Amino acid sequence: MLVTEPKPLDEVLQATEGDGTLFLLGCGGCPVGAETGGEGKLAALKASFEEKGKRVSGVMLVDFLCNKALVGSRFQAPGRAEQVKRAERVVVVSCGVGVQAAAAMVKKPVAPALNTISVNATQGLWPSSERCSLCGDCLLAYTGGICPINTCSKSLVNGTCGGTNDGKCEVSPEKDCGWYLIYKRLEDLGRLEDLRRLNEPRDHAKMDIPDAMRHGIYWALEAARKEES
Amino acid sequence: MSRLKEELESGAFVFTGEIGPPKGTNLDPVIHEAEASLKNRVAAVNVTDIQTAVMRASSLVGCIRLKEAGIEPVLQMVCRDRNRLALQSDLLSASILGIENVLAITGDHILMGDHRQAMPVYDLDAVGLLKAMSLLESGTDMGVDMKGNANKLDGVPAFFKGCVVTPCAEAVEPQVIKLAKKVEAGAQFCQTQAVYDPKAFEAFMKLVQREGIEIPILLGIVMLKNAGMAKYMNNFVPGVQVPKSLSKRLKACDKKDRAKVSAQICGELIRETKDMCQGAHLMTLGWDRHVPAILEAAGF
Repeated sequence: MLVTEPKPLDEVLQATEGDGTLFLLGCGGCPVGAETGGEGKLAALKASFEEKGKRVSGVMLVDFLCNKALVGSRFQAPGRAEQVKRAERVVVVSCGVGVQAAAAMVKKPVAPALNTISVNATQGLWPSSERCSLCGDCLLAYTGGICPINTCSKSLVNGTCGGTNDGKCEVSPEKDCGWYLIYKRLEDLGRLEDLRRLNEPRDHAKMDIPDAMRHGIYWALEAARKEES
Repeated sequence: MSRLKEELESGAFVFTGEIGPPKGTNLDPVIHEAEASLKNRVAAVNVTDIQTAVMRASSLVGCIRLKEAGIEPVLQMVCRDRNRLALQSDLLSASILGIENVLAITGDHILMGDHRQAMPVYDLDAVGLLKAMSLLESGTDMGVDMKGNANKLDGVPAFFKGCVVTPCAEAVEPQVIKLAKKVEAGAQFCQTQAVYDPKAFEAFMKLVQREGIEIPILLGIVMLKNAGMAKYMNNFVPGVQVPKSLSKRLKACDKKDRAKVSAQICGELIRETKDMCQGAHLMTLGWDRHVPAILEAAGF
């Protein structure tokens, strides 16, 4: 699940300055889990805009905006296309993926109502306490299954550092030291030898794979989707 | 050959000092202070690298000026601000300027400093940086050419590679394991975080010996300016514990005597630990003029 936060209303108003009529598009997926979107939030946003003297031509909640075909088909529903036509801009209550998907499916300027924030990682499809930082170079086999990229403030691959403070991180007394957690887990598993491993510096190229390295079937399917859209 | 290395190899108890570059271009005062208080009193002087993530002039420029003043420098290098390209480049630059002693440090987090919106880099950590130094010394670097072959350096550097450790951390075992990793990565000497408890240091050194770590270790001494500073260190500086007895002594004395008492405390710590280690790293934090008093109190 991608985590979002509401943009300050001032920022959204600044982006929609000069737009008399808006269409509100919401995502029914991650923003509902993050408590930043869904029916109630869309209604509240509509009220805020109307309070500021703007007109809202329509409000539409789609299950997952990241499914462009779904967004496109929902825009074709009776009455919808006409509502969008009347608006000068579409305000999108979703993560950055959804905003881009909407922009690709409708010929109108857009404005995001949310900021997609990095909690240094993403949870699964469901809100979860385990997070993945999408590093492309997974070393969980050597850290007792605890990820140092997102549990360590510095994302060190060889920890602890000198800032480990009684199991907490120098950055905040409330934040656990990721490598201390790893040390305790490895100790518990009888695998302290893993702590002695000299882990190589990360290959950051794996976070954003260049075309020449996109070998898996996934990439072939993405190319197919690109062509079709 | 590094003069610091020579002195450590001689078996003498070695002292090192430390200075911090200015937030600005006014480098002269700190160099003059080093000339007045540290030159010919300590074997080498560390120059800090954007310490505590507070922007300052570079460690490299400080080291160049120390060298010009006839003082052996130790270049501190943190991994927080520069990626592996910049770090290797700066290592080559240091070598070209005749600087050999390099202390590899992971570095305090951005959020501890005064530029909290900056991007933390940490492309390498201290272990990776030590390995990078060793790699450069072997005639290559971390990259590969267009054919995937190792690069060849045009002129090969030589370093005396240092690292740090926190002997009085609550969890000592991972510290010692990490130190072992740093030695495996190429560390040739170690300067520790501040120690105020000789017993805790003794326990740490026992683990170090059991681990088979043989590099020279210089005990970190941070001069306490007052009881308030001691309290701050206890509360906010990871792995540093100032015993109540020391805070009491600082509180009890007159303000004008504080520096003397503080130097006395440092001297006592050195006396009690000098048989356990190979030297002491004096972090006097602008109170460098008291270094002679510390050395005297330590019996040197």
